[in-house]
Amino acid sequence: MRDLIRRILDWVDHRTGFETAVKNFLYEDIPASSGWHQVFGSIALFLFFVQAFTGVLLAFNYAPQPGDAYHSLQYIVSEITGGRLIRGLHHWGSSLMVVVVGLHMIQVALWGAYKKPREATWILGVLLLLLVLAFGLTGYLLPWDNRAYWATVVTIQIAGLVPLFGEYILEFLGGAEGVGVSTFTRFYTLHVLMLPALTVLLMMLHIHLVRKHGVTPSPRAIGQPKKKFYPGQAFKDLMAFFAVFILLFVLAATVDVPLEGLADPSDSTYVPRPEWYFLFLFQTLKFFEGRWEVVGAVILPTLAVLALLAVPFLDRAKVKRIQQRTLAFAVVGLVLAGWLALTVAAFLTTPEPVESARETSPPAADWRFLTPVELAGRAYFQREKCAGCHNLAEGEPKMGPTLATVSHRKSAEWLMEHFKNPSEVVPGSPMPTMTISDDELTCLAAFVLKLTPGNATALEVVPDYAMRGAVIYHESQCASCHVVNGSGEESGPPLNGVGQRRTAQWLEDHFRDPQKFDPQSVMPPYDFPPDDMKAIVDYMKALPPASE
Amino acid sequence: MGKDPQSSSRRTFYQRMIYGVSSLIAASLTIPAVGYLFPSRRKGDGQKGWTDAGDVSALPLNEPRELAFQRKRVDGWKTSTERSTAWVVRTERELIAFSPRCTHLGCGYHWETDSDRFVCPCHTSGFSMTGEVLEGPAPRPLDRFETRTEGNRLWLGGVRPISENGGQ
Repeated sequence: MRDLIRRILDWVDHRTGFETAVKNFLYEDIPASSGWHQVFGSIALFLFFVQAFTGVLLAFNYAPQPGDAYHSLQYIVSEITGGRLIRGLHHWGSSLMVVVVGLHMIQVALWGAYKKPREATWILGVLLLLLVLAFGLTGYLLPWDNRAYWATVVTIQIAGLVPLFGEYILEFLGGAEGVGVSTFTRFYTLHVLMLPALTVLLMMLHIHLVRKHGVTPSPRAIGQPKKKFYPGQAFKDLMAFFAVFILLFVLAATVDVPLEGLADPSDSTYVPRPEWYFLFLFQTLKFFEGRWEVVGAVILPTLAVLALLAVPFLDRAKVKRIQQRTLAFAVVGLVLAGWLALTVAAFLTTPEPVESARETSPPAADWRFLTPVELAGRAYFQREKCAGCHNLAEGEPKMGPTLATVSHRKSAEWLMEHFKNPSEVVPGSPMPTMTISDDELTCLAAFVLKLTPGNATALEVVPDYAMRGAVIYHESQCASCHVVNGSGEESGPPLNGVGQRRTAQWLEDHFRDPQKFDPQSVMPPYDFPPDDMKAIVDYMKALPPASE
Repeated sequence: MGKDPQSSSRRTFYQRMIYGVSSLIAASLTIPAVGYLFPSRRKGDGQKGWTDAGDVSALPLNEPRELAFQRKRVDGWKTSTERSTAWVVRTERELIAFSPRCTHLGCGYHWETDSDRFVCPCHTSGFSMTGEVLEGPAPRPLDRFETRTEGNRLWLGGVRPISENGGQ
């Protein structure tokens, strides 16, 4: 059996050279000084494979269209086996990639491994760092939630600041008309087609150069016998992969990656924040005002990249032992301290999400405290089957957003526009256009605006008679003379408490012929059909007594 | 490499760890991936519940008609309402609703009055009015919807392949 496998392998190797190539790779000579400090490049390569693997898996169930992107991601994380884990791996993998690439660069900088003849290896490395950041930037938009949308609005604005080329960059990123369908498609294409291809190409060149020049030996190791990559260093690399992988897996399995509400371009209260590794840039921006903004947004970052590229040409001294590279330590330390200070400052100045404003609106504990207009809106919510796609309170996830958690950020005007033209107000919204009258839409908007996480559960249950009664009340324009729950004109008596003072029969008779009870009354008679009469009388009886 | 016993046993240890750890990493990635790509799903989840297929009071005896109706369909992250059809026959014994797909390879078939049979144009399978295979490559009788009537209206449930008791 062994013999047969050997013969097959020999046959394949003779025709492809595959086994020889693998052996050459594994039995590469490395300096005696190699060790644990040289595992970071390999980890970055490993993480790239993890990202590619999880990214392809995500793409299997992801719909690259605004709106659908959000819903399909929601489907991935809530319905599909392992979907939450795979998204977690991809999300945290990207953060770890930034960390590992950073550590890799720091290691190379401290050891001075960029020196002649390895300048090109370093430059390719800097370009790979930029690609990693570009992955982060483009991937951030793809969930198409509020966070993604607003962070990208800022990114696009910054891109537009670039002198001379700003307009072209905006055009290229599909952001000339603001963030929308074209931005999304461009970001998606960059993220899943162009950046991976570029990264693979540059990684191959980078690794080719590493092998061409060999791993940088420490000065002491020069002249010492070399060792083989396999199995000693391969073991160290793999242990490092394992440690990173365990960390990644634990993060993905235990820390939920947020998926906020569907992207909402009308939400002016949203405070966008970039991913943590961009916070230093975000903080830098705050120091430059007005026409100086371009300095923080474009010029300084460009200079920083140029400085990184120039490192091997600035430091051309002979290779020294790491213990003697005090200047390198000082520079790296300074850069890290600056980065850390900016990042911490950005964290500290991040305001709490705006959530408190909603507490001030008068509470409506249950349906009895809604105004008739709001309650009629609740009736239309039922009639139009809004509950097919929307929850009032958090519950089993539905296609549309949970209304209690999004309504406080909306205005009545916005809601009206949205009802009439859902996909124009929220790009990609699959909500059908509502074809009911403006008057009914106004009620619906009033009801939606009344929702809070505190009352939404109670408002899920409203008896039919109350909704029907409120609709009759509203359609008969009772509010032009009467107040219920603080809403309406005061020319007639307020109706809170009337149900406690009068019998149902009295109310019914009064509706049919008000003047029979008070000859001076200006109220017109209302001869409702029996069912309607019962509904509005029951509704009147159920109103809470006046509080004063 | 591996000349003295100590470095040889270290080498063996390295190799074992390398195989072990890489298998572990590969397994922790592929096992969730398999679950992700082949999710367990209850059959017929996509079209559950009953659908009102319309009024069948005017349906003549022994004359198959194709009824069109709207059917709710759950498709991944989307729930949509789509047009759907069923071939419905009222026989002396019962009201039958056939799924509009040929049981061979899923083409749409139609009723031919002249030859008094359902004919699939793809591979010329033929079925009787009650769905039995009369000719062609179809492997089983036409699939039937679960049916129930409420007044004059016909309600359709899930599709059930008919196997042994196909012809009744």
